Amino acid sequence: MLTCKDASHLVSHSQDRTLGFRERWELRIHLWMCVNCRRFERQIGLMRRLLRQSARQAEAEAADRQLPAEARERIRQALPSSNGTRTTQPPEKRPSS
Amino acid sequence: MQKDSILRATDPDEWLESHGDALFRFAMKHLHDSASAEDVVQETLLAALQTWDRFAGNASERTWLTSILKHKIADLIHKQSRESPFENDVQDSHGNPAACLFDQRGEWVVPQRAWGDPDAMYEQNRFWEAFTCCYDGLSPKLATAFSLREFSGFSIDELCEILNISSSNCSVILYRARLALKACLESGWFDNTIREGVS
Repeated sequence: MLTCKDASHLVSHSQDRTLGFRERWELRIHLWMCVNCRRFERQIGLMRRLLRQSARQAEAEAADRQLPAEARERIRQALPSSNGTRTTQPPEKRPSS
Repeated sequence: MQKDSILRATDPDEWLESHGDALFRFAMKHLHDSASAEDVVQETLLAALQTWDRFAGNASERTWLTSILKHKIADLIHKQSRESPFENDVQDSHGNPAACLFDQRGEWVVPQRAWGDPDAMYEQNRFWEAFTCCYDGLSPKLATAFSLREFSGFSIDELCEILNISSSNCSVILYRARLALKACLESGWFDNTIREGVS
């Protein structure tokens, strides 16, 4: 018999990998009998769903975020300059596509 | 025309100009720290310059740069986790929320309460705010692991590799992060939004 603690572990694992047959079966039986773990499972799932929804929104809001100007200048300084001091040459020919 | 575009493309200043912002946004998404994000962008451009001759040209420049960036980000996180290994945290019972949520028989100490209607709660628009606050309260390692898994979308196997830990420890860390976040959300945000009747 699974304890609630075991069941909560399996609920979390199920967000990362497919549970084995036995794990799935034991978890199902436990959830069927235990209202607390049923709530836990639902809430962990809900948390992921709300997070993904929020993260997409936050990402859309950050879409115009830019590399700060000082950092850009610093990186430019760190890169070899474009007027001939660079040693890397472009390939002779681009592979045919 | 094609030759011209190849020559322009090898100009790292041009890469910085055309892709700098996108690379920076990508790095920020994973590292959440402007200084580290700026550094990996710089390393990426330098690495790109060195490997330019191996760039097959059949991916877009942006895709190619992004794949280098991904490796640089993974290297950085990998390196940080070596400096202060995750394994220690797993042994450590501090910061283990399961320690106080379950009794000795493995049963919940406090019953799990029902949450209200999720979409109504979401629309109150405070979820992200509450989440950010709870997330900031996580130990840095739990936060890193959780974010790589949930926001960056790394699989559990990739995550273990990046963090340099065994797959069971990886699962334990994610489990603790989820328990801690759920408990925190419940004590703050959901408290105000719990409604009757919906479980």
